Amino acid sequence: MVWSRREFIVAGAAAGGGLLLSCRLGRQAEAVAAGTFAPNAWIRISREGTVTMVVSQVEMGQGTYTAMPMLLAEELDVDLEQVTVEAAPPGAAYFNPATGFQATGGSTSVRALWMPLRYAGATARAMLVAAAAKEWGIDASSCRVERGTVYCDASGRMLSYGQLADNAATMPVPEKVALKDSKAWTLIGTSAKRLDSPGKVNGSAKFGIDTVLPGMCFAAVAASPVFGGTLASVDDRKAMALKGVTQVVHLDNAVAVIANNTWTARQGLAALEIQWNNGAQANLGTADVVKQLEAESARPGKVARKQGDVGAAMARAATRVEAIYEAPFLAHLTMEPINCTVHVRPDGCDVWVGTQVVGRAQAAAAKVTGLSKDKVVVHNHLIGGGFGRRLEVDYVTQAVAIAKHVDAPVKVTWSREEDVQHDIYRPYYYDRISAALDTSGKPVGWSHRIAGPSILNRWAEKSPSGLKAAGLSRLITTIRGVDLDAVDGAINVPYDFPSMLVEYVRVEPPGIPTGWWRGVGATHNVFVVESFLDELAAAAGQDPLAYRRALLKNAPRAAAVLDLAASKAGWGEPMPPGRGRGISVQHVFGSYVAQVAEVEVSGSNVRVTRVVAAVDCGIQVNPDIIVAQMQSGIIFGVSGALYGEVTLKDGRVQQSNFSDYRVLRINESPVIEVHLVPSTEYPGGMGEPGTSAVMPAIANAVYAATGKRVRKLPISTALAG
Amino acid sequence: MPILNVNGTPRDGDVPDDMPLLWVIRDVLQMTGTKFGCGIGACGACTVHLDGKPIRSCVTPVAVAAGKPITTIEAVGNTPAGRKVQDAWLDLDVVQCGYCQSGQIMSAAALVASNPNPTDTDIDNAMAGNICRCGTYTRIRAAIKQAAQSTVAQGA
Repeated sequence: MVWSRREFIVAGAAAGGGLLLSCRLGRQAEAVAAGTFAPNAWIRISREGTVTMVVSQVEMGQGTYTAMPMLLAEELDVDLEQVTVEAAPPGAAYFNPATGFQATGGSTSVRALWMPLRYAGATARAMLVAAAAKEWGIDASSCRVERGTVYCDASGRMLSYGQLADNAATMPVPEKVALKDSKAWTLIGTSAKRLDSPGKVNGSAKFGIDTVLPGMCFAAVAASPVFGGTLASVDDRKAMALKGVTQVVHLDNAVAVIANNTWTARQGLAALEIQWNNGAQANLGTADVVKQLEAESARPGKVARKQGDVGAAMARAATRVEAIYEAPFLAHLTMEPINCTVHVRPDGCDVWVGTQVVGRAQAAAAKVTGLSKDKVVVHNHLIGGGFGRRLEVDYVTQAVAIAKHVDAPVKVTWSREEDVQHDIYRPYYYDRISAALDTSGKPVGWSHRIAGPSILNRWAEKSPSGLKAAGLSRLITTIRGVDLDAVDGAINVPYDFPSMLVEYVRVEPPGIPTGWWRGVGATHNVFVVESFLDELAAAAGQDPLAYRRALLKNAPRAAAVLDLAASKAGWGEPMPPGRGRGISVQHVFGSYVAQVAEVEVSGSNVRVTRVVAAVDCGIQVNPDIIVAQMQSGIIFGVSGALYGEVTLKDGRVQQSNFSDYRVLRINESPVIEVHLVPSTEYPGGMGEPGTSAVMPAIANAVYAATGKRVRKLPISTALAG
Repeated sequence: MPILNVNGTPRDGDVPDDMPLLWVIRDVLQMTGTKFGCGIGACGACTVHLDGKPIRSCVTPVAVAAGKPITTIEAVGNTPAGRKVQDAWLDLDVVQCGYCQSGQIMSAAALVASNPNPTDTDIDNAMAGNICRCGTYTRIRAAIKQAAQSTVAQGA
């Protein structure tokens, strides 16, 4: 990445005094194409010396409100404790360079902002030093900076950043700034404490659902239980008779009850007699979705990766191995149920919400109200679990539509049942995979055809103009027919295959909405690839570790994490009957991860007892947060692999709450050991890799324990069937 | 509504007896540290102490809680066990998204208050009702053990 400092740093006096430094960034060609160069991250240094950082990347547990300030503070030479974090409002200023729009997702935050935020900090520091040097009439090189104060050691003088703020704003933006040598880092690479911990430990942290406003009322809502259905009629006499119920709001596909508290609104909702038009999906079942995938995947897809002659390799194979893999619809069940608080007025609209895409939330509210975007203020909050669910704005659209009918701020809170049954689901995928082995058992041909929805295309189709403006390389690739997310983890396998073909068949299920889920494409593809690799090792009669190792001659970082995980896990040591060990390795989201899972199987009951992970994510900004993300991703993946499954019957989701959508609890949680590999490579993403790596490791461990190969998730259903 | 004793303060209001304590705390008293997670007592996000015992406030009618001391996350730090648990949570950086952590801490504080040396099984039994989708379980377990072994600073 090459940066021209002049073009992305603009300084000026902040309103109220002090230095305001905005950092313009983005891949420059894109920004030029979009016709504007707006600032991205903002630094405010007040006369009092407080450093405020408006962070574009939202905090949803992944530690971005700590990692982003660390990048800034490292080069600015301030204590992390001096930095105050603010959530960014919507605006091109805060576009994520990795996605081309304002988004927190795809394990991109550190990867995208690793350079820009450090340059922003270094440039601000240089201007503050220049202001001090001018004041003292000395050369800037005679100044020293420590913890937000500039010193002239020769004369014993000192000025704090706060004292320098006004004058620094008048300094020219330096042509060039040097970033610190990695040896000089005092923050990057340390396990600095999370800045968001105290409020989350004492209950004062505010999530969107915690919004409290004067005169606020509360809404409970029910959308058509059948996907695509509409509201026919409502008898609201019993509901309106309840004390505290003030209003019943009819939408095209939902009905809401407004009351003086959430519980009363729910009582009112339960008292409604609602008639729905079920529409075209009234008889839809999971089997219909699978049948469609099965049929459409029989045809060749768009080529996502091709090398060598797979057909010839298959024709002369000593052994051919073929399999079909299936991955179910999955729900998110973020701990904070879906909610959104809205106040619509004739001249404006305020939205209080936790969203991964604050700009999309603003646009959604503008569309529903008919107001221009500048009249819509979105107050973004800490997010009580995102996992991709809050990359969607369906609930913002719905809440604004309700609020249009209400003459007060209204907080719309979905029940958990509504949250599970009106999620935007991780797609059902259907994969046909085959390999040609030579006489030594080595794979010489690899063919993988992926069938499933394209989430990127759905986004692009919704806003073609936005797509054009964003100039997204990923989306442009999508337009040519291959969704690079849908094939992530399949086209970028770490292995050397002499011939390889990866195809993508786009199949959109009828009615059921599909979206992101902690690494959508990768979670499914790594499961398929790493499970199938295990099948090949078994077909070749070889150890799964040794078999993989032989294919990683040109992938030293993948080989290193594989070796480390295997060695720490005691790979090869005997295990008692009913227990097994499985391994996986992947290179997705810019990070290398290998995992060894240990399971104990009794009938269809699988317990994951231990997971050993080795991680090479390049330079580690905050090792403890990396470990936390690996622990987190593993637990999320164990839940998904063992139990995760949304099924359809009569056009409705059959699951409803934690009682029937099982997720891992502490008593079922494996012992997790995370080993980090020191590295000087560019930082990789860490939010999602833990989840994709653990799913095949568990399935492979189940095979080691039982001899049963799980090709259709979840494992509990597969073993019971 | 009967008079409630929340964190040592009497609070009154006009709500039906069968209204769950959770919604009284959140929507009527406007104390938002206690969280809504499932509404059926299955996730633990709404955990508060009633007479020092952890309860799921989303399935506890407000009338049941009338007249008894209720402690929420906002005040659990005033108890020795709550304070130790919160300190351990900070020391080990347990939280991620943080949404379930009020409930986790309330369950953990009740455990540590009643059991000075909890085993892994004790922790499983006390904490299995509290779901964390961020998967902070490894650190929750470690933090409970650390809290149980620590002593509250004198005079604090």
